Amino acid sequence: MTSQRQVGVPAWIYLPALLGAVLVLLPLVGMLSRVDWASFVDLVTSDSALTALGLSLRTSTVSTLLCVLVGVPMAVVLARTSFSGQGVFRSLVLLPMVLPPVVGGIALLYTFGRRGLLGAELDALGVQVAFSTIAVVLAQTFVSLPFLVVSLEGALRSAGQRYEVVAASLGASPTTVFRRVTLPLVLPGLISGATLAFARSLGEFGATITFAGSLEGTTRTLPLYIYQLRVTDPDAAVAMSLVLVVVAVAVIGFARPGRGTA
Amino acid sequence: MRRALLALLLPLTACGAGDGSDGGDDVTLTVYAAASLTATFEQLAEDFEAEHDGVAVELSFGGSADLVTQLKEGAQADVFASAATKNMDDLVSAELTAAEPRDFATNVLEIAVPPGNPAGVTSFQDLAGDLNLVVCAPEVPCGAAAQQVAEAAGVTLAPVSEEQSVTDVLAKVTSGEADAGLVYITDVIAAGGDVEGIEFPEAADVVNTYPIAAVAGSDEADLAQEFVDFVLGETGRSVLQAAGFGQP
Repeated sequence: MTSQRQVGVPAWIYLPALLGAVLVLLPLVGMLSRVDWASFVDLVTSDSALTALGLSLRTSTVSTLLCVLVGVPMAVVLARTSFSGQGVFRSLVLLPMVLPPVVGGIALLYTFGRRGLLGAELDALGVQVAFSTIAVVLAQTFVSLPFLVVSLEGALRSAGQRYEVVAASLGASPTTVFRRVTLPLVLPGLISGATLAFARSLGEFGATITFAGSLEGTTRTLPLYIYQLRVTDPDAAVAMSLVLVVVAVAVIGFARPGRGTA
Repeated sequence: MRRALLALLLPLTACGAGDGSDGGDDVTLTVYAAASLTATFEQLAEDFEAEHDGVAVELSFGGSADLVTQLKEGAQADVFASAATKNMDDLVSAELTAAEPRDFATNVLEIAVPPGNPAGVTSFQDLAGDLNLVVCAPEVPCGAAAQQVAEAAGVTLAPVSEEQSVTDVLAKVTSGEADAGLVYITDVIAAGGDVEGIEFPEAADVVNTYPIAAVAGSDEADLAQEFVDFVLGETGRSVLQAAGFGQP
């Protein structure tokens, strides 16, 4: 990076850049100004708050694992193969990223809900998805998966296939190449993608409230809890929001672009 | 590039000019009303505009507690109609009402079930059975009412979800995810054929009262009071009655 020659930027460009930064940061300052520090610890360690935080961490961890489990193969298929309609396939897979989460929730409802596409089959198996923690995990996985796929696909493409070709020419099977060459090569990209997916899961709100409902200990994750608190206990809502902001900042630091794409 | 930028900006400026120089409506009256009043207040606003030349009524609907929070945070409104006395009391104690609030409607709970009533609910006691029950969270008026009714009836409810508003409860019932929901009788009427309503005698024990008041600091104080009187008057009564509201 340092060997690249620095080309100056136009002086005027700092002004809109600064405005943009202010637009992003000022609301956070506004929120900080309302934090009731005296009772902050009490507010964020109340039973309901800890229950919501615990549920959020558990569900986000499970959905991140699910994302890795199916997202890595998806990214590999997108980056390393070519088939007709691949472009369309990629766009569709990335859809949840740009879709309003509430739309995702409605889509999930009409698929996994009691009267949904698979409702009768799930019912026959004795599985009730709606209003359960499974619904929360499904909603989180649905919205987070594209984040992992996108960042890993990028890492795979920029890593190139040179080492894979060499390994294959030395007689390694495709599985060995994948396990011993491809995966270690893009591990930083995978970690940053998984971190992003985790962060997105932690913040998931719209699909969850539409699809899973809101019940303490079962489906009321931290964002849902904050949404409920904001009316009845604004101080607690601000305190819990700050907790989420801190987590988000930590996650961004961990998954900074540039760190992942080796 | 420059042309593209211009194309982006043009609608904005057109919009900005239209707002100020549009001569049609001279006065705008902003009314904050509880979400459960959506249909009735849209009707009343139209009727009020028809009676008052050059007046436009702008409606903003939301949860009563949400609206009070907005008003306390400095939102500009001329009239506030609440779904619960408690929220209006909040506004009164914040000294944000221009006059004594007046009660203009009442509402009672009803059980909403999906068409065909798949779980066969017939009474409030049935709600304690093995079914998917959805209620409002105890923090919002409809949830508080549900809790009071349950206590009075000696029934322990085990909802699968506590929603933030009546609309959210209804959505879970109309989609068939919930076997039953507790909402207001007016919501069942407004939902038309999407849900079936089941009345229960215990509902009469917990009557929800809707107060209305002009908001302090309004630029149109007289007009605001006129709107309040309009809602309390004959037109208001008949529109509210048709929607299923009771008279206080």
